[in-house]
Amino acid sequence: MKIYRIHALICAGAQCIAAGGNGFEEALKNELKKHNIEEEVSVVETGCMGACQLGPLLVVYPEGIMYTNVEAKDAKEIVEEHFLKGRPVKRLMWKKEGEEEFPELKDIPFFAKQTKIVLRNCGLINPEDINEYIARDGYKALAKAVAEMEPKDVIDVVKESGLRGRGGAGFPTGLKWSFAANQDSEEKYIICNADEGDPGAYMDRSILEGDPHSVIEGMMITGYAIGSSVGYIYVRAEYPLAVRRLKMAIKQAKQAGLLGKNIFGTNFSFDMVLMMGAGAFVCGEETALINSIEGKRGEPRKKPPFPAISGLFGKPTIINNVETLANLPVIVDKGAKFFKQFGTEKSPGTKVFALAGNVNISGLVEVPMGTSLRKIVFDIGGGIPEGHTFKGALTGGPSGGVIPMEFIDTPVDYESLPDLGTIMGSGGLIIMDERSCMVDVAKFFLKFTVDESCGKCVPCREGTRQMLKILERITLGRGREEDIDRLEKMGELIKLTALCGLGQTAPNPVLSTLKYFKEEYLAHIIDKKCPAGVCQFSALKEGRKKHEAKIAH
Amino acid sequence: MEKTKYPQVEMEIRKWGSKPSSLIQVLHGVQEGVGYLSQNVLKYTAERLNVPLSKVYGVVTFYNFFKTQKDADHIIMICMGTACYVKNGEEVVKAIENYLSIKLGEKTSDGKFSLQIVRCLGACGLAPVISIDGDDVYGKLTPEKAVEVIKRYQ
Ligand SMILES: Cc1cc2nc3c(=O)[nH]c(=O)nc-3n(C[C@H](O)[C@H](O)[C@H](O)COP(=O)(O)O)c2cc1C
Ligand code: SF4
Ligand code: FES
Ligand code: FES
Repeated sequence: MKIYRIHALICAGAQCIAAGGNGFEEALKNELKKHNIEEEVSVVETGCMGACQLGPLLVVYPEGIMYTNVEAKDAKEIVEEHFLKGRPVKRLMWKKEGEEEFPELKDIPFFAKQTKIVLRNCGLINPEDINEYIARDGYKALAKAVAEMEPKDVIDVVKESGLRGRGGAGFPTGLKWSFAANQDSEEKYIICNADEGDPGAYMDRSILEGDPHSVIEGMMITGYAIGSSVGYIYVRAEYPLAVRRLKMAIKQAKQAGLLGKNIFGTNFSFDMVLMMGAGAFVCGEETALINSIEGKRGEPRKKPPFPAISGLFGKPTIINNVETLANLPVIVDKGAKFFKQFGTEKSPGTKVFALAGNVNISGLVEVPMGTSLRKIVFDIGGGIPEGHTFKGALTGGPSGGVIPMEFIDTPVDYESLPDLGTIMGSGGLIIMDERSCMVDVAKFFLKFTVDESCGKCVPCREGTRQMLKILERITLGRGREEDIDRLEKMGELIKLTALCGLGQTAPNPVLSTLKYFKEEYLAHIIDKKCPAGVCQFSALKEGRKKHEAKIAH
Repeated sequence: MEKTKYPQVEMEIRKWGSKPSSLIQVLHGVQEGVGYLSQNVLKYTAERLNVPLSKVYGVVTFYNFFKTQKDADHIIMICMGTACYVKNGEEVVKAIENYLSIKLGEKTSDGKFSLQIVRCLGACGLAPVISIDGDDVYGKLTPEKAVEVIKRYQ
């Protein structure tokens, strides 16, 4: 192997590319060539490093110095000063609140306060090279499983680890597997749910783009455990880079003999099919997703039967989320005990969040389950932009709700969030300050669910529409006092009667904002005022002016 | 003969198999190659996969991603996911609508631009975000910057 003096890691996650990453890489390579040090510096494109908002990012080792917002024109200075003379370019380094720069990556709170299990390789390795994955113990867990363990042992270790589904519902993964494993069927299927539907989240995308092999390995371990030899990955069509990297990873795994027939010389064979979604939120729901893979409209099916018993093409099927799958190699390799040292008793392990909205550093964050919201927002995310104050955090997307300031010390896990009237969801975490209007937020989410309702059942199709009408009226200043009561009653009714999770959770954002910000609703309805200044009551004012003008005449 | 008429469809069928469950993936492939799904393509696909035409329409209309008409030269997708919404994406929408004198979901009269809304481009850290023709993503926009970006495509 070649020994390099310097390793330059360039983030090639989708956001850094969007922010202009590619131009920088070319410029950097040109400079290296110009100074004839191409042989001394290895330039590696990695997946998302996490601090997406400050991209494009560059990390230089051995020092571990992170440069933010690099542009093509900075390449010359970095090469001439840092690479040639050993003088890091302070101007581009990550700074403490307008003060001095951080000497090293590991001192920056954004990184230092995270715990990376799922994102263990993201931002460190080149996702387009299987050898880099293998060099970091990749496919070791698969080898251990198929060569040394019985399928039942694999299920047991996952059960013991306490891993719960990261797609939103938090169902124990090992338990779900055992249902499918117990089915006597020649054919069984594994599906990786990569339809990431929460409109404001990109955890799964970053994992697929930054470490696709961890998901493939996770699927194969699942396949071995339940006795399945075919896996489908159902990925959003809106993620072209993830699709490309997955295709590449599957091809490389096949070439390396890690995917295909008689893996590691055993009887276990596994094949993988990549399928693209087509832009319907409801297809993230497992039975709708199955219909979609079968080439049908993505309408949910009645449960039971659950997919583990009768799923894709009527066969036992295990559907797991991307992040759930990416946890598996670590659990199988290092054991349940290792995994359980992170997180809480009932929610072991870590969770990846896509931190966004009005927060200083928005990006991808992984923390142990049970970490307080305060730590995530203030210690890691650097708090709220200057001059503004935290108002609430949205979790669970259109199925979730809001956590107000008074509960900022709540541990974020599967038990505590439902107590507050929201859910953990898949990891979308949107921070709002006083500039956000809670009635408008509720309206925003409800509009989303109305658009995305598949129309199969009445409570969801008609009920959410009626609720939206009321919210629209309130944000126009035409609300009535009885509206609040009506919203609450309708919301509870829809939750009880809708057929699938989409409808059952659609009222949550409304009920949750009503619970904590009722006075804001009342301000709209009674005082005809939007305290955040978002809702425009101009139509009303004009109407009133006309009326007043008439009286004056 | 019919077969030579829609080589794109045939190519996709070779990839996915001529069975009903291939429908969505075949449509994906054809749309990627041709840009949209014409009535004739849908009819032909229905026949080849042995799916009733009504079912094919049912699928095409269910999924937002499929288009049955030729689109504009440049497709502008404005993100209206939660992060972009919280960061005033609405203002960007208004600015672009004003500049092109069209509303969301419409096409300019010269067929140059169409304006669509998407739910999260997965670049929330850069909110508010738009994408043009799928691959070019622009972030941290202000209403003025958004208009400047669009001018580059004129
Ligand atoms: C409307 C709706 C949307 C969903 N969207 C997703 C999604 O985008 N990704 C996901 O993994 N699970 C999603 N789910 C949850 C899945 O139905 C399923 O529970 C999950 O994929 C199981 O995997 P897990 O046990 O590993 O979490 C959604 C559920 C509903 C009701
Ligand atoms: S709850 Fe909504 S999305 Fe789910 S089946 Fe009913 S109409 Fe469709
Ligand atoms: S995409 Fe580069 S840090 Fe996230
Ligand atoms: S919400 Fe706009 S990119 Fe995610």
